[in-house]
Amino acid sequence: MIEELSHDQILRYSRHLLMPEVGLQGQIKLKNSSVLVIGTGGLGSPVALYLAAAGIGRIGLVDYDIVDSSNLQRQVIHGTSTVGKLKVDSAKERLQDLNPDIQVDVYNEPYTSENAMRLAKDYDLIIDGTDNFPTRYLTNDVCVMLGKPNIYGSIFRFDGQVSVFHAEKGPCYRCLFPEPPPPGLVPSCAEGGVLGILPGTIGTLQATEALKVLLGIGEPLIGKLLLYNALDMTFDFVTLKKNPKCRVCGPNADIKELIDYEEFCGVPGHHADDTSAGADWDITAQDLKARLERDPSLILLDVREPHELEIAAIEGAKNIPLGEVAQRMAELDSAEEMVVFCKRGSRSARAIEILASAGFKKMKNLKGGINAWAEEVDPSLPLY
Amino acid sequence: MTVSGAKISEALADLTTQYPAIAPHLFNENNELRPFVNLFVGEHNIKDLQGVDTPIKDGDKVMLIPSIAGGSLTLTLSQREREQLPSPSGEGLGMRAQ
Repeated sequence: MIEELSHDQILRYSRHLLMPEVGLQGQIKLKNSSVLVIGTGGLGSPVALYLAAAGIGRIGLVDYDIVDSSNLQRQVIHGTSTVGKLKVDSAKERLQDLNPDIQVDVYNEPYTSENAMRLAKDYDLIIDGTDNFPTRYLTNDVCVMLGKPNIYGSIFRFDGQVSVFHAEKGPCYRCLFPEPPPPGLVPSCAEGGVLGILPGTIGTLQATEALKVLLGIGEPLIGKLLLYNALDMTFDFVTLKKNPKCRVCGPNADIKELIDYEEFCGVPGHHADDTSAGADWDITAQDLKARLERDPSLILLDVREPHELEIAAIEGAKNIPLGEVAQRMAELDSAEEMVVFCKRGSRSARAIEILASAGFKKMKNLKGGINAWAEEVDPSLPLY
Repeated sequence: MTVSGAKISEALADLTTQYPAIAPHLFNENNELRPFVNLFVGEHNIKDLQGVDTPIKDGDKVMLIPSIAGGSLTLTLSQREREQLPSPSGEGLGMRAQ
């Protein structure tokens, strides 16, 4: 137990010490606290930065990704100089520069059923800064089983949600969302887009809730869900109740240990190759180039949104956005061979599923999408 | 957007009449509300009230709260539909009963 603050620390945290809600005792409490941040991306960036600045004594970071320049629009803990580095190392470097007093422990591994309990058990609370359903359900179940608060935040385009799920005091994530949406209805993270500032707003709110829970002050968002919309600038709150049928925190809970979350959600959580429709359907960019040289009349179907065509396009391709494929398939001839593509290959894989169920057979999915085409065949196109 | 009806089921029927493309995202093949669809009247989940039979009155705000996973959203709408629909949370998919 660290009982005191040094003179340097008193100066560093003086704006906290001035407030009776924190004060010297509160600041010492923060110094003796530990927080595990799952994900060092859009949400994890502001969460980790502000918790480090606030003087949380020990911060754990879990991520297995590498910093990419497309992250920097929102993942402000990283920088141009750390592109190509491990995210956890890049983040640790920034946090230790911001506050050398704190301990930063990094876990360069995916957060899975195998390591989750071990990683989480020594921390006071867990921040859910993940970007996929399997890891969200895993994070929730770990917190319920270990009795720890789960500071939840999630984002999409201009919308965000925040809550504190603490099963001992209120509902958990599963009480609200007993099961994930079917995978077919869910566009992947990299395809949907997000306002870069949005995770800043939502992550900062998560950090605020974490601090309140650690200090035991104010009213944390337990039993409440905050809904934020950046376009309308609205904050709505709804009341969440414990679900008596909850499979993990209800009185008749049947999930007593961690399960296979990828199977439960029907989607991969980690190292997912979601750019493929399966080997039978896939065609590589190089193979497509060769095919087009032999058969220039080969039909190309671009299932991206119209505004994406302004960024990069393949000449001669027909555009039907994925959401319209089912209604507009009469425009396509199932007798003609067709190569379907999108940005990375996942929306086109979904389009192929839709078309295959309607009897189309002569189709190929451009593996890796137009980005692979840009990388391997036509470098005049930008990657996005 | 504004919808009419004396209870949630009627408001949803009106919504799907106005925006047919949203129907498969809300209902399964048996025309039951999908389990991951959360509807709130004011700040209360209809699951804690009377489900789709929950009565609504003039000016009530009904919110559809999607399950989002940091980059995912249950409602996949084409751009054309998105332009017609307000955004999917808070005031966004808030519907007012008439």
